[in-house]
Amino acid sequence: MATPTDTRDLARRIRLHSLRMANSGGSSHVGAVFSCADILAVLYGAVLHVDPMRPRWPERDRFILSKGHACSGLYAVLAERGFFPVSQLATHYQDGSLLSGHASHRVPGIDLSTGALGHGLSVAAGMALAAALDILPHRVFCLLSDGECDEGSTWEAVLFAAHHRLSKLTAIVDFNQIQGIGRVDDILALEPFSDKWRSFGWAVQEVDGHDHDALLASLSSLPFDGSRPSCLIARTTKGHGVSFMEDSVLWHYRVPAGAEFIAALTELESQL
Amino acid sequence: MRDAFLRAITSLAERDRDLLLITADLGFGVLDSFARRFPSQFINAGVAEQNMTGLAAGLALEGRIVFTYSLGNFPSLRCLEQLRNDACYHRANVKVVTVGGGFSYGAVGPSHHATEDLSILRALPGITVVAPGDDWEAEQAAWALYSHPGTAYLRLERSGAPFSPRPGESFRIGRARVLREGLDATLVSAGGILAEALSAAETLSGFGVECRVVSMHSLKPFDAGCMLLAASETGGIITIEENSADGGLGGAVAETLLEAGIAPGFFHRLGLHDCFSSEVGSQAWLRRFYGLDHSAIVSAVLARIPAPVRFHETSR
Repeated sequence: MATPTDTRDLARRIRLHSLRMANSGGSSHVGAVFSCADILAVLYGAVLHVDPMRPRWPERDRFILSKGHACSGLYAVLAERGFFPVSQLATHYQDGSLLSGHASHRVPGIDLSTGALGHGLSVAAGMALAAALDILPHRVFCLLSDGECDEGSTWEAVLFAAHHRLSKLTAIVDFNQIQGIGRVDDILALEPFSDKWRSFGWAVQEVDGHDHDALLASLSSLPFDGSRPSCLIARTTKGHGVSFMEDSVLWHYRVPAGAEFIAALTELESQL
Repeated sequence: MRDAFLRAITSLAERDRDLLLITADLGFGVLDSFARRFPSQFINAGVAEQNMTGLAAGLALEGRIVFTYSLGNFPSLRCLEQLRNDACYHRANVKVVTVGGGFSYGAVGPSHHATEDLSILRALPGITVVAPGDDWEAEQAAWALYSHPGTAYLRLERSGAPFSPRPGESFRIGRARVLREGLDATLVSAGGILAEALSAAETLSGFGVECRVVSMHSLKPFDAGCMLLAASETGGIITIEENSADGGLGGAVAETLLEAGIAPGFFHRLGLHDCFSSEVGSQAWLRRFYGLDHSAIVSAVLARIPAPVRFHETSR
């Protein structure tokens, strides 16, 4: 199991892999990956009970990337943890590759294919309910984008999980304040965001989503309340880690290429 | 059909503690007994079909067999993407059960008429689509789907044809049932409208026209062989469905025959033709209005066969 110190290095590697994958594959969403890279690193580096040698190990913690467009980050962390060779990351977006542009359950270590927003939390609730019915020890984590909190289906799942007191379920929201083509506040405001989850019956904590110590502290104290599902609102910056990508709508879709790719690569490599 | 299904699901729940029944807040009065008897196997997920379907997929991925239950379009079209992405794509053992197929809830209005579900759902990869024609088929289908891995859609209706099994008959998903023999025409139906087909066949017999009546309860997998035989052995084929004429049973039959290069003597689809069932009336009245009742079937056949002379005799 990696130490908290390792997770910072892991997060940088996730960003570098994702940047290279986006560049070589011509794919989007590096901004969305960079905002949750630290969360993925802490989860896979220090929190989740998973075994790369046994991806379907029944006692594993379940993780669903509901913001499936950030899958290159998930592919990267799974490869770094040994679920499949790191060299396979280069096939992302290529003909015949397993590594599609949204999370695929054909990839070792991924339980649910995602991509359409607002799906993950319901499936996670089902998995958590199954664990609760069987009194099994594993936990279920679901990482959501703030944008998919526009989806009514997300709030259907929020209601359900609270009503059924699914304390094995943890939702982590990558609250980077920017969605597909604009800022959350300008499109469909979510604030007061924590209060919304709290009023729906969840135990809520807020955290700086790039602070590994804070993330680990929160994710080590689950469930926040033994009789309720937990929600961790991770306040993040879209594009975090590359100065010219930070807090920019542009890098939700823009493909890093040419001089921009080199500049981003140089900046990330200097952090290693 | 609903009661027949409930009989089956009750027996199944008794045998298998991994079976769950989830309703989206429908089934007033009729699910109480199940809920009381199997409290840990029953969930009312609320009026939230998208969550219900995703939830069911999550439970199924953890080894459960989950039946979701609601009315008409609610557990099917409302949450089509969850059904497609979360259930079908993952081959999750989610069995969607809808009550109120077709015009079952007649005067309630088109929001409660499921009249495109068969066409739309049969396009989903990996799904099994079953529309029983009578109570026996409904009960048998529930048992069969329980043992049939993967995602399925079971379309139940308020009423169907009379109880129909022959002694020793077994029900198989993907194998159509021939309920009446005849060579002048084949009347093939999906769902409870089988009752109209049987009634029409009886009337036609009075005119000297003998029809083969087929209950094509499984839209997917589809019994292509049965339709190829119907095309080659009988005078022609009329498809009957309380569903859009596009892409449902009629579409499936047409695809099957054309791809096999076998042309029936005649072919006609009875169904809704690019319209909403916006008229107000009972199921029987709506069938009449939209040209799907037994009289419409009789007319469709007679228009293509020179009654009362038997078609297969004159054609030889």
